[in-house]
Amino acid sequence: MQQFRQLRPVSKENIPLEQIHTMISFKFFEEFGRYLLLMKKSFVRPEKMSIYRKELLRQMIEIGVGSVGIVIIFSVFLGAVLTVQTAYQFTSPLLSKSIIGSIVTNSTIIEMAPTVTCLILAGKIGSSIASELGTMRISEQIDALEIMGINSAAYLVLPKVIAATIMIPIIIIIGAFLQILSGLVVGHVSNVVTATEFMQGSVQYFIPFTVTFAIIKATTFGFIISSVSAYLGYYTTGGALQVGNSATRAVVASCILILVFDYLLAELLL
Amino acid sequence: MIEIRDVRKAFGEREVLKGVSGMFETGKTSLIIGTSGSGKTVLMKCMVGLIKPTGGSVIYNHDVDFTLLDEEGRKEIRKQIGMLFQGTALFDSMSVEENILFPLNMFSDMSVKDKLNRVNFCLERVNLKGTNKLHPSELSGGMRKRVGIARAIVLNPKYLFCDEPNSGLDPQTSILIDELIHEITEEYNITTIVNTHDMNSVLGIGDYIIFLHQGLKYWEGNRHEVFASTVKEMNDFIFASRFLKEIKERSSGN
Ligand SMILES: Nc1ncnc2c1ncn2[C@@H]1O[C@H](COP(=O)(O)OP(=O)(O)O)[C@@H](O)[C@H]1O
Ligand SMILES: [Mg+2]
Repeated sequence: MQQFRQLRPVSKENIPLEQIHTMISFKFFEEFGRYLLLMKKSFVRPEKMSIYRKELLRQMIEIGVGSVGIVIIFSVFLGAVLTVQTAYQFTSPLLSKSIIGSIVTNSTIIEMAPTVTCLILAGKIGSSIASELGTMRISEQIDALEIMGINSAAYLVLPKVIAATIMIPIIIIIGAFLQILSGLVVGHVSNVVTATEFMQGSVQYFIPFTVTFAIIKATTFGFIISSVSAYLGYYTTGGALQVGNSATRAVVASCILILVFDYLLAELLL
Repeated sequence: MIEIRDVRKAFGEREVLKGVSGMFETGKTSLIIGTSGSGKTVLMKCMVGLIKPTGGSVIYNHDVDFTLLDEEGRKEIRKQIGMLFQGTALFDSMSVEENILFPLNMFSDMSVKDKLNRVNFCLERVNLKGTNKLHPSELSGGMRKRVGIARAIVLNPKYLFCDEPNSGLDPQTSILIDELIHEITEEYNITTIVNTHDMNSVLGIGDYIIFLHQGLKYWEGNRHEVFASTVKEMNDFIFASRFLKEIKERSSGN
């Protein structure tokens, strides 16, 4: 063993752990700095308002219409599952069934709709933004914009970030509504809890601030998904393989950041 | 016109351009030739500011050093630049017409009708009349290049850059594209710079030619002087084709 260690050449694997830590944190700050610079370059007054307005509209439609299908399916099933499983946990005859409605409603508004749905949207929207920009980068379409004298970051990134930050909260509100509705209907149909009991619970323990909280979360997550994915796509280098990598990294990074900010916002606002 | 003085570029340790100078005149088609990897694209990108050179200057119109300009100054020059990229860089999400309209929408205050007229004029100029509604994915390689040229000239640029305009095309289409670029250059008095490794282009349209080899200029001249070159690297490049080599051997044999 001793001998083996001596024979091993000095390679990357032998770098002491502290050094790797500094390398990672350096890399993180470097990336974060580049991300901030891209945001600074993107958030400027557009050169030609009419074109940007048109592009913003196009992105809003693409993000909105493109995501609404998956969110409907997801929300309907999640609401149903939530009701059935909550009911399964509350079998005691001492408890009012209406508590099921209260739990489903609150957990939907606080966590399921904004956070869990955004994790799904990170997969859908994040990968599409990153691969679109990545493809434009490697096929020199971004260079072509720059050559024309157009601020490519402002033209490509800004409309996407604004569109996602506006549309994702709207989608989330639709999702939350559907989820609760689905919980109510499924609970009633499967004889777990009647619609009246469910609604009673929903209303009785309803905390209005949770709605504000959910919208704040969805807006934050919308910004995170779009800006992080745009950043990773915009700075893709290489070829088709790297475009795929960027899309994957966009989804992973968005999901992790959503979870981190989910916690931070809960600490901060609740 | 554009003058480059001692342009250098290193990527990390690796020097790709080791000090290249040259003078590209107005109304002339200038070529940058050399084997793949000799630094042609990097030089062109340094000239338009897509890559920041590590040294040297790029001078537009006698007095403006592009490398010293800030973002706003660059934009002003770039509005006078048209560029055809090696992979054409057409916007995939837009039709042919929208691709060519795009610079007009961004930078001109023409009426919609005038813009469409201009688009159709440019399309006709590159012999692509009636392809307005097609998407880039529906075009052949040669057609894509021509759309790229139409987009590059739609704003009447003073400077036209073409990176390997005929790579991946058959010889006949290549010659058509070359002639198109040459004609447009003379017709509108543009300063045109073309990267190529195609000997047909060199002999056909080279008003001024720079031969790059491993990041250095080994030879310069025009298309009539090419065969008089005594530079070994240059001759290796020119006579790389079996056809030309044979002609040369036969003529020197006689
Ligand atoms: N962004 C880059 N980073 C590192 N090396 C590069 C980069 N771009 C080009 N090179 C290197 O510069 C050399 C010249 O490339 P290029 O100008 O594309 O050649 P060509 O004459 O075929 O156009 C090549 O060896 C290439 O590997
Ligand atoms: Mg090249």
